Amino acid sequence: MHEARTISIEVNGVLREAAAEPRIHLADFLRHTLGLTGTHIGCEHGVCGACTVLLDGASVRSCLTLAVQAHGRTVTTIEGVAAPDGALHPLQAALAAHHGLQCGYCTPGVVMTLIELQRELDGQPIEEPAVRKALAGNLCRCTGYQGMVDAALSVLNAQQTTAMEGSAP
Amino acid sequence: MKPAAFAYHTPASKAELLSLLSELEDARVIAGGQSLMPMMNLRLAAPSHLIDLNSLPELGGIAQDGDTLVIGAMTRQREAERSPLVARVCPLLRDALEHVGFQQTRNRGTVGGSIAHMDPTAELPVVASALDGVLIIESVRGVRRVPMGEFSVGYLATQVEPDEVLVRIELPLWPEGHGWGFEEVTRRGENFSVVCVAALVLLDGAGRISRAAIAVGGLAAAPVRLTEAEAVLTGAVPSEEAISAAAAFAGELEADDALFVPPDFKQHLARVLTTRALRSALERAGSQVHA
Repeated sequence: MHEARTISIEVNGVLREAAAEPRIHLADFLRHTLGLTGTHIGCEHGVCGACTVLLDGASVRSCLTLAVQAHGRTVTTIEGVAAPDGALHPLQAALAAHHGLQCGYCTPGVVMTLIELQRELDGQPIEEPAVRKALAGNLCRCTGYQGMVDAALSVLNAQQTTAMEGSAP
Repeated sequence: MKPAAFAYHTPASKAELLSLLSELEDARVIAGGQSLMPMMNLRLAAPSHLIDLNSLPELGGIAQDGDTLVIGAMTRQREAERSPLVARVCPLLRDALEHVGFQQTRNRGTVGGSIAHMDPTAELPVVASALDGVLIIESVRGVRRVPMGEFSVGYLATQVEPDEVLVRIELPLWPEGHGWGFEEVTRRGENFSVVCVAALVLLDGAGRISRAAIAVGGLAAAPVRLTEAEAVLTGAVPSEEAISAAAAFAGELEADDALFVPPDFKQHLARVLTTRALRSALERAGSQVHA
Protein backbone atom coordinates (compact mmCIF):
# COMPACT_ATOMS: atom_id res chain seq x y z
CA MET A 1 0.00 0.00 0.00
CA HIS A 2 3.08 2.24 0.05
CA GLU A 3 3.45 1.73 -3.67
CA ALA A 4 2.34 4.19 -6.29
CA ARG A 5 -1.24 4.08 -7.42
CA THR A 6 -2.72 5.49 -10.59
CA ILE A 7 -4.77 8.58 -10.01
CA SER A 8 -6.75 10.73 -12.39
CA ILE A 9 -7.38 14.40 -11.77
CA GLU A 10 -9.02 16.94 -14.03
CA VAL A 11 -6.36 19.65 -14.11
CA ASN A 12 -7.26 22.92 -15.83
CA GLY A 13 -10.02 21.17 -17.77
CA VAL A 14 -7.89 18.24 -18.95
CA LEU A 15 -8.10 14.78 -17.43
CA ARG A 16 -4.59 13.79 -16.34
CA GLU A 17 -3.74 10.27 -15.27
CA ALA A 18 -0.46 9.37 -13.61
CA ALA A 19 1.09 7.27 -10.86
CA ALA A 20 1.56 8.80 -7.43
CA GLU A 21 2.98 7.44 -4.21
CA PRO A 22 0.57 8.13 -1.33
CA ARG A 23 3.14 10.35 0.38
CA ILE A 24 3.45 12.75 -2.60
CA HIS A 25 1.58 15.95 -1.91
CA LEU A 26 -0.46 17.65 -4.59
CA ALA A 27 2.05 20.48 -5.14
CA ASP A 28 4.85 18.04 -5.96
CA PHE A 29 2.52 15.97 -8.15
CA LEU A 30 1.55 19.06 -10.14
CA ARG A 31 5.13 20.27 -10.47
CA HIS A 32 7.16 17.10 -10.87
CA THR A 33 4.75 14.61 -12.41
CA LEU A 34 2.61 16.91 -14.54
CA GLY A 35 5.28 19.56 -15.19
CA LEU A 36 3.00 22.39 -14.03
CA THR A 37 5.66 24.43 -12.28
CA GLY A 38 3.54 27.57 -11.96
CA THR A 39 2.40 26.34 -8.56
CA HIS A 40 5.21 27.34 -6.23
CA ILE A 41 6.36 25.80 -2.97
CA GLY A 42 7.52 28.10 -0.20
CA CYS A 43 7.29 26.83 3.34
CA GLU A 44 5.79 23.41 2.65
CA HIS A 45 3.87 23.45 5.92
CA GLY A 46 0.83 25.55 5.19
CA VAL A 47 1.97 28.98 6.29
CA CYS A 48 2.98 30.89 3.16
CA GLY A 49 0.21 30.20 0.63
CA ALA A 50 2.53 30.11 -2.43
CA CYS A 51 1.18 26.67 -3.36
CA THR A 52 -2.50 27.68 -3.29
CA VAL A 53 -4.60 25.97 -6.00
CA LEU A 54 -8.34 25.48 -6.42
CA LEU A 55 -9.63 22.01 -5.53
CA ASP A 56 -13.17 21.62 -6.82
CA GLY A 57 -13.20 25.43 -6.93
CA ALA A 58 -12.10 26.01 -3.33
CA SER A 59 -8.67 27.44 -2.51
CA VAL A 60 -6.43 24.95 -0.71
CA ARG A 61 -2.78 24.56 0.20
CA SER A 62 -1.52 21.99 -2.29
CA CYS A 63 1.38 21.18 0.07
CA LEU A 64 -1.17 20.09 2.71
CA THR A 65 -3.21 17.90 0.36
CA LEU A 66 -2.02 14.51 -0.82
CA ALA A 67 -2.14 13.93 -4.56
CA VAL A 68 -4.12 10.73 -3.96
CA GLN A 69 -6.75 12.82 -2.16
CA ALA A 70 -7.34 14.78 -5.38
CA HIS A 71 -8.17 11.60 -7.32
CA GLY A 72 -11.44 12.02 -9.16
CA ARG A 73 -11.60 15.74 -8.46
CA THR A 74 -10.87 18.94 -10.36
CA VAL A 75 -7.84 21.15 -9.80
CA THR A 76 -7.22 24.61 -11.20
CA THR A 77 -3.67 25.95 -11.17
CA ILE A 78 -2.20 29.26 -12.32
CA GLU A 79 -1.63 27.68 -15.76
CA GLY A 80 -5.41 27.42 -16.17
CA VAL A 81 -6.17 31.05 -15.37
CA ALA A 82 -5.23 33.05 -18.48
CA ALA A 83 -7.29 32.65 -21.66
CA PRO A 84 -6.11 30.01 -24.17
CA ASP A 85 -4.78 32.77 -26.42
CA GLY A 86 -2.59 33.97 -23.56
CA ALA A 87 -4.69 37.02 -22.64
CA LEU A 88 -4.29 37.59 -18.90
CA HIS A 89 -7.19 37.16 -16.50
CA PRO A 90 -8.38 40.63 -15.32
CA LEU A 91 -6.91 39.93 -11.86
CA GLN A 92 -3.53 39.06 -13.40
CA ALA A 93 -3.60 42.20 -15.56
CA ALA A 94 -4.53 44.33 -12.55
CA LEU A 95 -1.66 42.87 -10.47
CA ALA A 96 0.74 43.89 -13.25
CA ALA A 97 -0.81 47.34 -13.64
CA HIS A 98 -0.78 48.08 -9.91
CA HIS A 99 2.73 46.73 -9.25
CA GLY A 100 1.20 43.93 -7.21
CA LEU A 101 4.26 41.71 -7.72
CA GLN A 102 8.02 42.04 -7.76
CA CYS A 103 9.80 38.68 -7.75
CA GLY A 104 6.49 36.96 -8.47
CA TYR A 105 7.08 33.91 -6.31
CA CYS A 106 3.91 34.37 -4.26
CA THR A 107 1.82 35.59 -7.22
CA PRO A 108 0.32 32.28 -8.41
CA GLY A 109 -1.07 31.67 -4.92
CA VAL A 110 -2.32 35.23 -4.66
CA VAL A 111 -4.13 34.93 -7.98
CA MET A 112 -5.84 31.67 -6.99
CA THR A 113 -6.98 33.20 -3.69
CA LEU A 114 -8.38 36.27 -5.47
CA ILE A 115 -10.16 34.16 -8.08
CA GLU A 116 -12.03 32.34 -5.31
CA LEU A 117 -12.81 35.68 -3.62
CA GLN A 118 -14.15 37.10 -6.89
CA ARG A 119 -16.37 34.07 -7.42
CA GLU A 120 -17.73 34.20 -3.86
CA LEU A 121 -18.45 37.94 -4.09
CA ASP A 122 -20.41 37.34 -7.28
CA GLY A 123 -20.39 41.04 -8.16
CA GLN A 124 -20.98 42.34 -4.63
CA PRO A 125 -18.66 45.21 -3.61
CA ILE A 126 -15.89 44.62 -1.05
CA GLU A 127 -14.12 46.89 1.43
CA GLU A 128 -10.35 47.07 1.72
CA PRO A 129 -10.09 45.35 5.16
CA ALA A 130 -11.94 42.32 3.76
CA VAL A 131 -9.48 42.10 0.85
CA ARG A 132 -6.58 42.25 3.29
CA LYS A 133 -8.18 39.52 5.37
CA ALA A 134 -8.67 37.35 2.28
CA LEU A 135 -5.00 37.82 1.38
CA ALA A 136 -3.79 37.12 4.93
CA GLY A 137 -2.99 33.53 3.96
CA ASN A 138 -0.61 34.57 1.18
CA LEU A 139 2.78 35.84 2.29
CA CYS A 140 4.77 38.24 0.09
CA ARG A 141 8.34 39.03 1.08
CA CYS A 142 9.28 41.70 -1.45
CA THR A 143 6.76 44.14 -2.90
CA GLY A 144 4.37 44.08 0.03
CA TYR A 145 0.63 44.09 -0.09
CA GLN A 146 -0.53 47.56 -1.10
CA GLY A 147 -0.21 46.88 -4.82
CA MET A 148 -2.07 43.58 -4.45
CA VAL A 149 -4.87 45.20 -2.51
CA ASP A 150 -5.16 48.03 -5.05
CA ALA A 151 -5.21 45.52 -7.90
CA ALA A 152 -7.87 43.38 -6.21
CA LEU A 153 -10.08 46.35 -5.39
CA SER A 154 -9.81 47.69 -8.96
CA VAL A 155 -11.19 44.44 -10.36
CA LEU A 156 -13.57 43.37 -7.59
CA ASN A 157 -15.22 46.79 -7.35
CA ALA A 158 -15.04 47.54 -11.09
CA GLN A 159 -18.81 47.23 -11.54
CA GLN A 160 -19.50 49.66 -8.70
CA THR A 161 -16.99 52.18 -10.07
CA THR A 162 -18.57 51.93 -13.51
CA ALA A 163 -22.06 52.29 -12.06
CA MET A 164 -21.06 55.36 -10.02
CA GLU A 165 -19.41 57.00 -13.02
CA GLY A 166 -22.46 56.22 -15.11
CA SER A 167 -24.78 57.87 -12.60
CA ALA A 168 -22.70 61.04 -12.26
CA PRO A 169 -24.42 64.12 -13.61
CA MET B 1 10.62 18.28 3.63
CA LYS B 2 8.39 15.47 2.43
CA PRO B 3 6.31 13.01 4.45
CA ALA B 4 7.89 9.66 5.23
CA ALA B 5 6.36 6.71 3.42
CA PHE B 6 3.11 5.31 4.82
CA ALA B 7 0.45 2.84 3.81
CA TYR B 8 -2.68 4.68 2.69
CA HIS B 9 -6.18 3.43 3.47
CA THR B 10 -9.54 4.73 2.26
CA PRO B 11 -12.24 2.92 4.25
CA ALA B 12 -15.57 2.56 2.46
CA SER B 13 -17.65 2.60 5.64
CA LYS B 14 -17.42 3.57 9.29
CA ALA B 15 -17.34 -0.13 10.18
CA GLU B 16 -14.30 -0.61 7.97
CA LEU B 17 -12.67 2.48 9.51
CA LEU B 18 -13.13 1.13 13.04
CA SER B 19 -11.85 -2.29 12.08
CA LEU B 20 -8.75 -0.75 10.42
CA LEU B 21 -8.12 1.27 13.58
CA SER B 22 -8.36 -1.83 15.73
CA GLU B 23 -6.05 -3.89 13.52
CA LEU B 24 -3.31 -1.53 12.37
CA GLU B 25 -0.27 -0.61 14.44
CA ASP B 26 0.90 3.01 14.39
CA ALA B 27 -2.04 4.33 12.38
CA ARG B 28 -3.25 7.91 12.21
CA VAL B 29 -6.51 9.16 10.76
CA ILE B 30 -6.34 12.16 8.46
CA ALA B 31 -9.31 14.52 8.27
CA GLY B 32 -8.61 17.91 6.67
CA GLY B 33 -4.89 17.39 7.22
CA GLN B 34 -4.23 21.04 7.99
CA SER B 35 -2.34 20.19 11.19
CA LEU B 36 -1.27 16.60 10.48
CA MET B 37 0.14 17.30 7.02
CA PRO B 38 2.50 20.04 8.27
CA MET B 39 3.64 17.65 11.01
CA MET B 40 4.21 14.92 8.41
CA ASN B 41 5.98 17.29 6.01
CA LEU B 42 8.28 18.31 8.87
CA ARG B 43 8.57 14.65 9.94
CA LEU B 44 7.32 15.49 13.41
CA ALA B 45 4.78 12.77 12.64
CA ALA B 46 5.57 9.69 10.58
CA PRO B 47 2.73 7.20 10.98
CA SER B 48 3.09 3.79 9.34
CA HIS B 49 -0.54 3.87 8.25
CA LEU B 50 -2.69 6.80 7.21
CA ILE B 51 -6.45 6.25 7.24
CA ASP B 52 -8.25 8.86 5.18
CA LEU B 53 -11.63 9.95 6.57
CA ASN B 54 -12.38 11.93 3.40
CA SER B 55 -13.87 8.79 1.88
CA LEU B 56 -16.63 8.84 4.52
CA PRO B 57 -19.18 11.60 3.85
CA GLU B 58 -21.32 10.10 6.63
CA LEU B 59 -18.90 11.66 9.14
CA GLY B 60 -19.83 15.19 8.00
CA GLY B 61 -22.89 17.37 8.28
CA ILE B 62 -24.48 19.89 10.66
CA ALA B 63 -27.91 19.40 12.21
CA GLN B 64 -29.98 20.67 15.09
CA ASP B 65 -31.42 18.03 17.40
CA GLY B 66 -33.67 19.83 19.87
CA ASP B 67 -31.42 21.97 22.07
CA THR B 68 -28.23 20.48 20.65
CA LEU B 69 -26.17 21.36 17.61
CA VAL B 70 -24.70 18.16 16.20
CA ILE B 71 -21.62 18.56 14.02
CA GLY B 72 -20.06 15.64 12.18
CA ALA B 73 -16.33 15.52 12.81
CA MET B 74 -15.54 15.78 9.08
CA THR B 75 -17.55 18.98 8.59
CA ARG B 76 -15.26 21.50 6.91
CA GLN B 77 -14.59 24.60 8.98
CA ARG B 78 -15.60 26.72 6.00
CA GLU B 79 -18.93 24.86 5.71
CA ALA B 80 -19.72 25.53 9.37
CA GLU B 81 -18.59 29.16 9.01
CA ARG B 82 -21.06 29.67 6.14
CA SER B 83 -23.89 27.59 7.61
CA PRO B 84 -27.09 29.64 8.15
CA LEU B 85 -28.05 27.19 10.93
CA VAL B 86 -24.80 27.80 12.84
CA ALA B 87 -25.15 31.57 12.41
CA ARG B 88 -28.70 31.45 13.76
CA VAL B 89 -28.42 29.07 16.72
CA CYS B 90 -24.72 29.26 17.65
CA PRO B 91 -23.27 32.64 16.62
CA LEU B 92 -20.32 32.17 19.01
CA LEU B 93 -19.11 29.27 16.89
CA ARG B 94 -19.61 31.22 13.69
CA ASP B 95 -17.59 34.17 14.99
CA ALA B 96 -14.79 31.92 16.23
CA LEU B 97 -14.57 30.01 12.93
CA GLU B 98 -13.62 33.18 11.12
CA HIS B 99 -10.41 33.22 13.18
CA VAL B 100 -9.42 29.60 12.50
CA GLY B 101 -6.36 29.49 10.22
CA PHE B 102 -6.91 31.04 6.79
CA GLN B 103 -9.66 30.60 4.24
CA GLN B 104 -7.39 28.23 2.32
CA THR B 105 -7.01 26.02 5.39
CA ARG B 106 -10.67 26.34 6.47
CA ASN B 107 -11.75 25.07 3.04
CA ARG B 108 -10.11 21.78 3.92
CA GLY B 109 -9.70 21.77 7.69
CA THR B 110 -12.48 20.14 9.70
CA VAL B 111 -14.26 20.97 12.95
CA GLY B 112 -13.45 17.54 14.39
CA GLY B 113 -9.84 17.68 13.24
CA SER B 114 -9.20 20.95 15.03
CA ILE B 115 -10.74 19.70 18.27
CA ALA B 116 -9.00 16.32 18.11
CA HIS B 117 -5.63 17.98 17.43
CA MET B 118 -6.13 20.22 20.51
CA ASP B 119 -3.55 22.85 19.69
CA PRO B 120 -3.41 24.94 22.88
CA THR B 121 -4.05 28.11 20.87
CA ALA B 122 -6.88 26.70 18.71
CA GLU B 123 -10.22 28.50 18.77
CA LEU B 124 -12.67 25.61 18.39
CA PRO B 125 -11.77 23.77 21.63
CA VAL B 126 -12.40 27.06 23.46
CA VAL B 127 -15.85 27.36 21.93
CA ALA B 128 -16.62 23.71 22.71
CA SER B 129 -15.47 24.32 26.28
CA ALA B 130 -17.68 27.41 26.75
CA LEU B 131 -20.67 25.49 25.39
CA ASP B 132 -20.04 22.36 27.51
CA GLY B 133 -19.61 20.37 24.31
CA VAL B 134 -19.62 16.58 24.30
CA LEU B 135 -17.31 14.59 22.06
CA ILE B 136 -18.52 11.31 20.61
CA ILE B 137 -15.68 8.84 20.20
CA GLU B 138 -16.05 5.44 18.57
CA SER B 139 -14.09 2.24 18.22
CA VAL B 140 -14.92 -1.43 17.70
CA ARG B 141 -15.18 -1.53 21.50
CA GLY B 142 -18.12 0.86 21.46
CA VAL B 143 -19.16 4.49 21.70
CA ARG B 144 -17.96 6.92 24.37
CA ARG B 145 -19.29 10.36 25.22
CA VAL B 146 -16.55 12.60 26.67
CA PRO B 147 -17.28 16.07 28.04
CA MET B 148 -14.98 18.73 26.59
CA GLY B 149 -13.68 19.48 30.09
CA GLU B 150 -12.26 15.95 30.35
CA PHE B 151 -11.00 15.63 26.77
CA SER B 152 -7.43 16.88 27.16
CA VAL B 153 -4.84 14.67 28.86
CA GLY B 154 -1.81 16.88 28.14
CA TYR B 155 -0.12 18.94 25.49
CA LEU B 156 -1.56 17.94 22.06
CA ALA B 157 -2.94 14.82 23.72
CA THR B 158 -6.56 13.77 24.18
CA GLN B 159 -8.63 10.90 25.51
CA VAL B 160 -8.89 9.46 21.99
CA GLU B 161 -7.10 6.09 22.15
CA PRO B 162 -5.11 4.71 19.19
CA ASP B 163 -8.03 2.48 18.12
CA GLU B 164 -10.61 5.26 18.49
CA VAL B 165 -11.81 8.14 16.33
CA LEU B 166 -13.76 11.31 17.08
CA VAL B 167 -16.91 11.07 14.98
CA ARG B 168 -19.20 13.83 16.22
CA ILE B 169 -19.36 16.93 18.39
CA GLU B 170 -22.51 17.83 20.31
CA LEU B 171 -22.87 21.45 21.38
CA PRO B 172 -25.72 22.18 23.83
CA LEU B 173 -27.36 25.37 22.55
CA TRP B 174 -28.13 28.47 24.59
CA PRO B 175 -31.66 29.92 24.48
CA GLU B 176 -32.61 32.49 21.88
CA GLY B 177 -31.64 35.96 23.05
CA HIS B 178 -28.37 34.93 24.70
CA GLY B 179 -25.32 37.11 24.20
CA TRP B 180 -21.93 35.96 22.98
CA GLY B 181 -18.45 37.35 22.54
CA PHE B 182 -15.28 35.93 21.01
CA GLU B 183 -11.99 37.80 21.28
CA GLU B 184 -8.42 36.92 20.47
CA VAL B 185 -4.98 38.47 20.10
CA THR B 186 -2.66 37.21 17.39
CA ARG B 187 0.98 38.02 16.83
CA ARG B 188 0.34 38.72 13.15
CA GLY B 189 -2.99 39.37 11.43
CA GLU B 190 -4.93 36.15 10.93
CA ASN B 191 -2.26 33.94 12.43
CA PHE B 192 -2.36 31.62 15.45
CA SER B 193 -3.85 33.25 18.50
CA VAL B 194 -1.78 33.92 21.61
CA VAL B 195 -4.82 33.96 23.86
CA CYS B 196 -8.49 33.71 22.93
CA VAL B 197 -11.64 34.02 25.03
CA ALA B 198 -15.24 32.90 24.44
CA ALA B 199 -18.06 34.28 26.60
CA LEU B 200 -21.78 33.54 26.78
CA VAL B 201 -24.41 35.27 28.92
CA LEU B 202 -28.13 35.04 29.43
CA LEU B 203 -30.24 37.74 31.10
CA ASP B 204 -33.46 37.20 33.05
CA GLY B 205 -36.60 39.33 32.72
CA ALA B 206 -35.26 41.87 35.23
CA GLY B 207 -32.05 42.35 33.26
CA ARG B 208 -29.87 40.39 35.70
CA ILE B 209 -27.35 37.82 34.49
CA SER B 210 -29.00 34.43 34.94
CA ARG B 211 -26.23 32.36 33.38
CA ALA B 212 -22.67 32.93 32.22
CA ALA B 213 -19.91 30.81 30.65
CA ILE B 214 -16.36 31.93 29.93
CA ALA B 215 -13.56 29.84 28.43
CA VAL B 216 -9.96 30.96 27.95
CA GLY B 217 -7.53 29.33 25.50
CA GLY B 218 -3.78 29.68 24.99
CA LEU B 219 -2.69 29.65 28.63
CA ALA B 220 -2.28 25.91 29.08
CA ALA B 221 -2.63 22.66 27.12
CA ALA B 222 -6.42 22.85 27.21
CA PRO B 223 -8.99 25.65 27.46
CA VAL B 224 -9.84 26.72 31.01
CA ARG B 225 -13.35 27.55 32.20
CA LEU B 226 -13.62 30.55 34.51
CA THR B 227 -16.06 28.86 36.87
CA GLU B 228 -15.43 31.32 39.73
CA ALA B 229 -16.07 34.28 37.45
CA GLU B 230 -19.21 32.60 36.14
CA ALA B 231 -20.45 32.21 39.73
CA VAL B 232 -19.73 35.86 40.50
CA LEU B 233 -21.61 36.99 37.41
CA THR B 234 -24.65 34.79 37.95
CA GLY B 235 -27.35 36.89 39.59
CA ALA B 236 -25.41 40.12 39.15
CA VAL B 237 -26.66 43.26 37.48
CA PRO B 238 -24.55 43.83 34.38
CA SER B 239 -22.00 46.55 35.10
CA GLU B 240 -18.41 47.44 34.40
CA GLU B 241 -17.62 46.50 38.01
CA ALA B 242 -19.09 43.03 37.50
CA ILE B 243 -17.14 42.64 34.27
CA SER B 244 -13.90 43.73 35.96
CA ALA B 245 -14.47 41.39 38.88
CA ALA B 246 -15.01 38.47 36.49
CA ALA B 247 -12.03 39.40 34.30
CA ALA B 248 -9.76 39.57 37.35
CA PHE B 249 -10.10 35.78 37.67
CA ALA B 250 -8.79 35.41 34.10
CA GLY B 251 -5.71 37.46 35.06
CA GLU B 252 -4.92 34.99 37.83
CA LEU B 253 -5.06 31.80 35.76
CA GLU B 254 -1.90 29.75 35.55
CA ALA B 255 -0.13 30.33 32.26
CA ASP B 256 2.56 28.19 30.64
CA ASP B 257 5.77 29.84 29.57
CA ALA B 258 6.11 29.94 25.79
CA LEU B 259 8.51 31.38 23.26
CA PHE B 260 7.92 35.14 22.80
CA VAL B 261 4.99 35.10 25.19
CA PRO B 262 5.80 35.31 28.92
CA PRO B 263 3.13 34.05 31.32
CA ASP B 264 2.33 37.48 32.77
CA PHE B 265 1.64 38.82 29.28
CA LYS B 266 -0.74 35.92 28.64
CA GLN B 267 -2.49 36.61 31.94
CA HIS B 268 -2.81 40.26 30.98
CA LEU B 269 -4.32 39.26 27.63
CA ALA B 270 -6.70 36.83 29.33
CA ARG B 271 -7.99 39.59 31.59
CA VAL B 272 -8.36 42.17 28.81
CA LEU B 273 -9.95 39.74 26.33
CA THR B 274 -12.36 38.45 28.98
CA THR B 275 -13.44 42.04 29.58
CA ARG B 276 -14.02 42.62 25.87
CA ALA B 277 -15.78 39.31 25.31
CA LEU B 278 -18.10 39.93 28.28
CA ARG B 279 -18.91 43.45 27.08
CA SER B 280 -19.85 42.08 23.63
CA ALA B 281 -21.88 39.27 25.14
CA LEU B 282 -23.82 41.56 27.49
CA GLU B 283 -24.48 44.08 24.74
CA ARG B 284 -25.76 41.35 22.41
CA ALA B 285 -27.99 40.02 25.20
CA GLY B 286 -29.62 43.44 25.27
CA SER B 287 -27.97 44.95 28.33
CA GLN B 288 -26.85 48.56 28.57
CA VAL B 289 -23.71 48.26 30.65
CA HIS B 290 -23.01 51.39 32.66
CA ALA B 291 -19.53 52.07 33.87
